[in-house]
Amino acid sequence: MGRVAKIARRTFLIGSAAIAGGVAFGVYAVKKDPDNPLSADLSDGSATFNPWVLVDSEKMTLITPHGDKGQGVMSSQAALIAEELDIEFGQFETSFGKPSPAYWNRAFAEEGVPFMATDHGFTAETMRSIMGGVVKLLGVQGTGGSTSMADSFDKLRTAGATARETLKLAASQKSGVPVGQLKTANGAVQLPDGTELKYTELASLAATIEPVKDVKLRDESQWRLIGKSMERLDIIDKSTGTLPYGIDISVEGMLHATVCVNPKKGGSLNGFDASEAKQMRGVKDVIEITDGVAVVADNTWRAFNAMRTISFDWGNATIPPEQEEHWATLSDSFKEELLDSTWRDDGDAEEAFKEGASFSAEYRSPYVAHAPLEPLNAIVLVTDDQVEVWTGHQLQRQLQVLVAAITGHEQDQVILHNQFMGGSFGHRLEFEHVKQAAEIANKMRGTPIKMTYSREEDFAHDFPRHISMGRGQGMVKDGKVTAIDLSLAAPSVMASQGGRANLPFPGPDSQLAAGAWNNPYNIDTYRMTAYRAPELAPTSSWRAVGAPAAGFFFDSLLDELIHEAGADPMEERIRLMGHDVSRKVLETAAELSNWGSDLGPNRGRGVAFVESFGVPVAEVVEVTNTDSGIKIDKVWCVCDVGTIVDPINFENLVQGGVVFGLGHAINSEITYSDGKADQSNYHMHEAMRMYQCPDIIVKGLENGTKIRGIGEPPVPPAAPALANAIFAATGTRLREMPFNKFIDFV
Amino acid sequence: MTEISMVVNGKSVKADVADNTLLVDYIRESLRLTGTHVGCDTSQCGACVVHVDGKAVKSCTMLAASAQGSDVTTIEGLANGDLHPMQAAFKENHGLQCGFCTPGMIMSATDMVARYNASGKELTEEAIRDELEGNICRCTGYHNIVKAIADGASKMTNA
Repeated sequence: MGRVAKIARRTFLIGSAAIAGGVAFGVYAVKKDPDNPLSADLSDGSATFNPWVLVDSEKMTLITPHGDKGQGVMSSQAALIAEELDIEFGQFETSFGKPSPAYWNRAFAEEGVPFMATDHGFTAETMRSIMGGVVKLLGVQGTGGSTSMADSFDKLRTAGATARETLKLAASQKSGVPVGQLKTANGAVQLPDGTELKYTELASLAATIEPVKDVKLRDESQWRLIGKSMERLDIIDKSTGTLPYGIDISVEGMLHATVCVNPKKGGSLNGFDASEAKQMRGVKDVIEITDGVAVVADNTWRAFNAMRTISFDWGNATIPPEQEEHWATLSDSFKEELLDSTWRDDGDAEEAFKEGASFSAEYRSPYVAHAPLEPLNAIVLVTDDQVEVWTGHQLQRQLQVLVAAITGHEQDQVILHNQFMGGSFGHRLEFEHVKQAAEIANKMRGTPIKMTYSREEDFAHDFPRHISMGRGQGMVKDGKVTAIDLSLAAPSVMASQGGRANLPFPGPDSQLAAGAWNNPYNIDTYRMTAYRAPELAPTSSWRAVGAPAAGFFFDSLLDELIHEAGADPMEERIRLMGHDVSRKVLETAAELSNWGSDLGPNRGRGVAFVESFGVPVAEVVEVTNTDSGIKIDKVWCVCDVGTIVDPINFENLVQGGVVFGLGHAINSEITYSDGKADQSNYHMHEAMRMYQCPDIIVKGLENGTKIRGIGEPPVPPAAPALANAIFAATGTRLREMPFNKFIDFV
Repeated sequence: MTEISMVVNGKSVKADVADNTLLVDYIRESLRLTGTHVGCDTSQCGACVVHVDGKAVKSCTMLAASAQGSDVTTIEGLANGDLHPMQAAFKENHGLQCGFCTPGMIMSATDMVARYNASGKELTEEAIRDELEGNICRCTGYHNIVKAIADGASKMTNA
C-alpha cells in the first residue's frame, strides 16, 4: 500500500492549487465558459457560434488555435470541425486566431496529474477533472505534450455541430420548414424540395439567433473525414514555396536585426566594440540588450555580417563550465534530500534486494538540441497603444504576458499573429528570441523589427533536452524477471521551462522519470525513484520530454534483465505486460516483424516498449553488423492512440518520430566547455540524414479508450530498441547516448 | 559593389550588390522570393537549393556575383502555371511536414531526375537516398520524400 500513501503526498500540491482556485473563483467560474473572442470584432452580418467558427456572406473561417509546427494539426483541427459542420476541404479558410482563454487546453490536465494513463479509477479521474478546472481558470492555451487531438477531438466536433444546428435554425426561420426536415451537406442546408441554402447566405440571419448548445455528436459509422487520409491544407503552398513562415514575413517599414548573447550560459556582457560594425553599409544601430548585443540593419544578411565584426568582453558562465562537472553533479544527486518522488513502488523492493541484486548498471542520456530547420525569429512592432508580434509560437498567451512585461503594456494589448512554424521539437515553447525582439523594438518604437537568429545563435542559446543519469538493478529467477528498480537523477525540465514561461510547476516533476514509472507492466517488484538534481544548463521540453532519457534507461535495463534470465526479449515483455491494449501492441509488433525468425549471421533484432503521453508504443529494430559499422536495416513501430484521425499524417508522424529518436540516439549531443555549447551547427549535431534512414513499417491500433496524440510517443522506444538490437548483433551493450561515441554506424 | 544582372524565373533582374552578397540573400532579401530557405547558412541543410543554369546549387554557398549572366530558377519559378510534376508528387505522397526543407528537396530532386535521365541511369530508391545526403529534413521519416521523388521522376519522364 506504499503506493497509495505516496500518491496522496504528491497530489497535495495540485489539490491545494485546485482548492485555491475554487475559493478564489467559485464553482460558477470553473463552469462558466470564457467569452468567444470572435464576438469582439464581429462585422455586421457575420455569425459566430463558438470560438472556432465564423461565417459571413462571403466565406467560412475555421479557427485552428493549436499551432502548426509541421505536425499537420491545422488540417486535423479543421477536419474535426468540418466533419460535423458538413463542409468540405476547399470550402473554408483557416486562421490560427487570437490568443484567448477560450482556447484553454483541456488535455494539459491529463499530463499534469500523477496517475498512470491506464488508471481510470475514481481518484485519477477526479484529479484530472479538478486539474482541468485549474487549466481552464488560468486560460492556458498551448500546443505540446501531444495533446492537440485529445484536446480538440470532442471540442471541435461539438463546435462544428453547434454551428450546423444553429444554421439549420436560421434556415428553418427563413424557409418555414421545420428543423427536423432539414439536412446539411457541402456547406449548405438542404430543404426537402432539394433547394440549398448556403451557410454564407444564412450568416446574417444566424447571427441573430442564440447558438444551439446541446448537440449529439455523430456516431463513428457516419464519419466522412475522420479516419480517412487527408490532403494537408498547406501542402500545395509548402510545395510551391508560397507559404510564408515567420522568417519569410515582411511588414511595411521593418528593419532587420540579429543578436549575439553571451555564449557562456548565464554570463553577462561586460563590454563590446562595435566601431567597425557601425560603419558598415546598411547598419542602422547597434544596441545593448540583456546579456548581449543586437545589430539593426536594412537586411538580415547585413546584420549578420556586421555582428561578426563586433568584439565582446563576456562575463563567466553561471552554469558549471565543463561537461564533466554536469555529470558529476548528477552522480552526486542520488540522495534523500534531493528525492523528487518515488514514482512507482510495486511490491517490496527492500525485501526483493535484501541479498543484493542479480544485475546492476548505469545509464546516461546527454543534452540534445532542438534545432528546428527554420531558425528562430520574430517580428515585433511596439507603439504606445499596442504591441504586434509576428512569430510562430506554441504558448500564445504566455508570450503576451512576457512581451507585455518588457514593453509595459497590458497583456491584451499584445497582438500575436501566430505563424506556421518550420519545426520546433519544443524550441518554440521558449521565449528568449521573442523577448529579445521585443527589447529591441521597444527601444525603436514605431519601427517593426524582424529579429532572426543565425544557426550558431540558435545552437548556442537552445535550451536543450536535459541530461539524465540512471542507476538500475534487478532480479531474475527461474528464467523470469522478478524485480526492476531504477533511480534517476536529472534536473527538472518543467521547473526550468516553467520558470522562464511564468508558469510555475509546483511539486514533483512527473517528466523526470516519464517513460520509466508509467509503463503498464506487472512486475513483482517495480520501483522507480527520481532525484531532482540542481539546475545546470537551462533545459526545455525536447520532443517527448522525459521519456527519451528515462524510457531508454528503463527499457535497456529490462532488456538486460531479460537476457540475464535467459528469456526471449519479446515473450518476456508480453508475459510481464499488465495492460491489454499494450499487450496487443507488443503482440502486433512481434507478428509484423516475424519475431523469432532466423536473421542470418551478423544480424540482430531488438524490441523496446515505452509508454509516453498515454500512448503505448513498441518498436522492433533490425541491424546488421557490417565491416564498416552498424547498419540499421528496418524498424517496425506499433502504437495505439485510440482513434486515428488522419492515417497518412499518422504514418508520417510515426516515421518522423522514429527517425528523430534513432538519429539523435546515434549522432547527437550538446556538451559544454567554458560554459559554452561545443556544437554550433548541424555538422556537429547531425541526427539522421537520408542515407542512414532505415525502412520503417508503421501500424496504428485503435483499441485504447481515449484519443491520444502521436507527435511524441514514437520517439522514446527508438533508442532502446536500437541498443537492444545492437546487443543482439554484437554482444556490446550501449548504455549511453549518443551511440557513435562507442560504435560506428554505416 | 558589383553590378549584377541575371534571369530569375524567366525575368531579367539587375542590381548593385556588395561583392560578398550570397546568392540566397539576393534572392530572399532583394527579390523577395522567400520560398528559397536558409536553415544553416553553411551548406549543410540544403533548404536553399536553386537551379543555376539548370544545375542544383546551394545558394548559400554561391556569391550573387558568381551568378552574373546566369539563368536562375527558384521553387517559385519551377512550374509553368500549375504544379510541376515533382510538386504534384510531393502533394500526392504527403511528402512533407513542416515543409521548410521542401523547396530544397524539390529543387534537388528535379535536378537529380534530369541528370539521371540525361545519362540514361536508373534512379533507384538507393540512388535517391544517396543523392539527398545534403538535404536535411528534421520532421519526416524521409520515406514519403523518397516516394514522392520516385513518383515525381516517373511523372517527369512521362510528362
